[in-house]
Amino acid sequence: MTHSFDVSKNHFQLFGLVPAFKLDTAQLELDYRALQAQVHPDKSAHLSDAEQRLAMQRSTLVNEAYQILRSPIRRARYLLSLHGIDTQEETNTAMPVDFLMAQMEWREAVAEAEQARDVAALEQLDARMKVETREFEAALAVKMDHEHDYQIAAGLVRKLRFMEKLAEDIHSAYDEIDN
Amino acid sequence: MALLQISEPGLSTAPHQHRLAVGIDLGTTNSLVATVRNGISVVLNDEHGRAMLPSVVRYAADGAVVVGEPAQAAQSDDPVNTILSVKRFMGRGLADVGDTSRLPYRFVEAPSTSSGQVASTSSGHGMVQLRTVAGVKSPVEVSAEILKVLRVRAEASLGGELVGAVITVPAYFDDAQRQATKDAAKLAGLNVLRLLNEPTAAAIAYGLDNASEGVYAVYDLGGGTFDISILRLSRGVFEVLAANGDSALGGDDFDQRIHCWLLEKNQLSALNPKDTRLLLTLARAAKEQLTEHDETRITAVLSSGELIDNVLTQTEFQSMSQNLIQRTLQPLRRALRDAKLAVADVKGVVMVGGATRMPQVQLAVGEFFGQTPLTNLDPDKVVALGAAIQANLLAGNRTSDDWLLLDVIPLSLGLETMGGLAEKIIPRNSTIPTARAQEFTTYKDGQTAMSLHVVQGERELVSDCRSLAKFELRGIPAMVAGAARIRVTFQVDADGLLNVAAREMGSGIEAAIVVKPSYGLSDAEITRMLQDSTQHAQDDMQARAQREQETEANQLCDAVQQALAQDGELLDLVQRAHIEEQMAALQEALRSGGQQLIKRAITALNDATVSFAQARMDKSVTRALAGKNISDLDIK
Repeated sequence: MTHSFDVSKNHFQLFGLVPAFKLDTAQLELDYRALQAQVHPDKSAHLSDAEQRLAMQRSTLVNEAYQILRSPIRRARYLLSLHGIDTQEETNTAMPVDFLMAQMEWREAVAEAEQARDVAALEQLDARMKVETREFEAALAVKMDHEHDYQIAAGLVRKLRFMEKLAEDIHSAYDEIDN
Repeated sequence: MALLQISEPGLSTAPHQHRLAVGIDLGTTNSLVATVRNGISVVLNDEHGRAMLPSVVRYAADGAVVVGEPAQAAQSDDPVNTILSVKRFMGRGLADVGDTSRLPYRFVEAPSTSSGQVASTSSGHGMVQLRTVAGVKSPVEVSAEILKVLRVRAEASLGGELVGAVITVPAYFDDAQRQATKDAAKLAGLNVLRLLNEPTAAAIAYGLDNASEGVYAVYDLGGGTFDISILRLSRGVFEVLAANGDSALGGDDFDQRIHCWLLEKNQLSALNPKDTRLLLTLARAAKEQLTEHDETRITAVLSSGELIDNVLTQTEFQSMSQNLIQRTLQPLRRALRDAKLAVADVKGVVMVGGATRMPQVQLAVGEFFGQTPLTNLDPDKVVALGAAIQANLLAGNRTSDDWLLLDVIPLSLGLETMGGLAEKIIPRNSTIPTARAQEFTTYKDGQTAMSLHVVQGERELVSDCRSLAKFELRGIPAMVAGAARIRVTFQVDADGLLNVAAREMGSGIEAAIVVKPSYGLSDAEITRMLQDSTQHAQDDMQARAQREQETEANQLCDAVQQALAQDGELLDLVQRAHIEEQMAALQEALRSGGQQLIKRAITALNDATVSFAQARMDKSVTRALAGKNISDLDIK
C-alpha cells in the first residue's frame, strides 16, 4: 500500500483525505509541508534532468492541490465538480434580488471609501465582508457534507464568488489609496 | 541520476565525498561568494583577505578585462569603459534605463534576439548594451566577468571544481532579469543549482542561525534593488507568504540625490563622463560618511579646474532622500496585505543590504513595524551566507538541519487578450513550482493561427506590463469561430522561470517555448559567447568535461547502489537485473574512458532507474503522511 501520484487521483486523495468540505486546515498545512519535503525540486537538484522534471511535476501538483483545498470557495467548486456539478459562475446569473442589492451597496461603499481615501471605513467593510463570507461558508458545509444538496451548494458558491470579487475590490482600493 | 536519495533517521549512509558548491550574491555594488565548510557557512575572501568584490568591470583596448578593486580605482579615469551597477541593466531595454545622461556609458539599443517562434517585445528592442573600447558588451557578459572571478576564487580556495552554484536575485526580479542572470552564470562556466531570492537567502542564514519561529519580514535595500519578503518560519520550513519590491530602487538612488544636490549647489549643468563619475563616487562616500557622522565635507576639482567644496548635513541628506524611503514603504504595505497579515503579526524584521546601514532607513523601518530591526548579521554578507547553505543542500551534501524552502513568484504572469488587456494566468505570490492551464478559442471562422503574447506585471493594460514573449500557434484546423480549443499551459519552475506551451486540443498541435526571448539571449548566442571566451582553452574544456562526466558517473553508481540497498525490495528480479546490467555497463564505460561513451551509459542507467525512483518517491510520500489512518482511505 503505497501512496501514488496517479494523475487520476483527486486532490483530496493526494493528501490522504476523504473528500468533504469540512477540513482541518491546520492538519492540511502540516501534511502539505510533509509532502513538499519529499517532492520539492530542491530535494533532487543534484539528480538527473529526468528526476528533476519528475520532482517539478509532483511539487507543482502538490502546490495546486493545496491551493485548491485550503481555499473554501475553490475547495467547494472542486468538490462539486467531483460530484459532476458545474457551479455555472459565468452563466447562471439568476441571483436573489436582495443579494444583488446588498452587493451593489457593498460596491458603492467600497468605491466611496476609496474616493474619500478613508482607510478606517475600508477596514470596517473588510471586516464585515469577512464575517458574511464565513456565514456562507458555514452554510456550505451543511449543504455539502450533511444534506448533500449540491444544487443549493452551487448557489452558495456563486454567492461566494461575489464575495471574492468584493474582497478583490477592497484589496485594490487599499492599493489605490496607497498610490 | 534518477534516484531520490532519502536518508533514514539515524542511519548513516555510505561515506560520500563532499561536493563543492557555493552561493553567490551577485550584487549591484558588491558581489560575494560563500560556501559551507565543516558545517558552517563562510564567505570566501580573495588573496588580500577581502570578502567583497566590487561589481565593477573595466574593459581595455587590448581585450583585457579587469574586475573588482582595480576596476573601481579606474572608474573616474576611464568612466566609459568601466561598468558599475550593471545589475540595473540586466534584462532591461534602453527605455527602462531612464535618463541615460546621468550615466557615463555609451548605450547601444540592441535588436531583439528573436529566434524560432519567439518574436520581439512590443518595443521591438532587446536588452540594452554598452559600447566599450573592447567592443559592444551586453550586461550578461559584464555580469559573467564578475561571476568568473568569483568562480576562480572559490575553486582556488576550495581546491577543486564546483559541482554548482546558487546565484541570488532580487525577489522582485521579473522573468527577463532572472533569465539574464542565469545566462550570465552559464557564460561564467557555472552550473546553476538554483536562482534564489535574496531576502529568502537572508532568511535562511538568519533563521537557521537563530532557530526562529513565526512571521518575519526581510527588508532588503541593496545598491540598486529593493525587496520586501514576508516569511513564515516554522519547524524547518521557510515559507514565503508574499514578496514585493522595486527592482529599480537602491543605494545608488541615494547617491544620485547627493549628486543632483551637488550639481544644484554649484550650478553645474551637463558634465563630462569623467566628472559625472567623480561626483557620483564622492556622493557615495558622503552617504557612507553620514552613517556615522552628522555632517560631511565634499571636495573635488573638476576637469575644468572648477573647485567643489560643500558640506552636507545628515538633516539635509534625510530630507532629500525622504521620498526614496517612502517608496519602500508602499511595497511593504502591499506585501503585508497580500500575506493577509497586519504589522502586529510580524515577529521580527531582518535588515539586508548595505543601504540599510543608513540611519534614516533603520528609523523609518523601525517606526513602520513598531520594533527595532534586527541587524545582528552583516547586511552585506547575509545573502551570500544563506545562498551557500542552500547550495550545500542542493548539491546533495548531507546536513544535520533538515529544512525546506517554499518560495513564490513575485509578479503575476498573464496573456494579452482583446483590447490590449492582460489576463492573469498565474497570480503573484503563487508558491513555486506552479502551473496553470487556460483554454482559449478562435474568434473568426476558419482561423488557423493564433498569436500569444506573454506578459508579466500587475497592471491591467498590456502596455503597462513587461512583455516577455510573443509566439504563434499555427496549423489550427479550420473550424467555425469558437470551436477550436487552445490550451495554454504556464509552468513556473523552482527558479521562478517560465515555460509556456500551447496545444490545440482537437488536433494536438503543439507549440512550446522557453520564455527567454526579447530581453534574453538565445542559446546560440550563449554558445558563441562561450566559444569566444574559451577559444584558447579548448583542451582545458575537454579535460574538464571528461572529469565532470567521470564524477557524475561515480556519483550515480554510488547512489544506485545505496538505493538498491535501501529499497531493493520495491523491484522485481527482472527490474533489478536490468538496473544492475546498466550499472555494469557504466562501470565498463568508466574503465574504457571515452566521454561520449560514459555520457550514453549515464543516460541509459538513468532511464533504467526512472520507475524505481518513482516507487521510492511514492514510498517516501507514504511515510510523510504516516500517522494518518490511511488504511481507511482510497490509496492504492
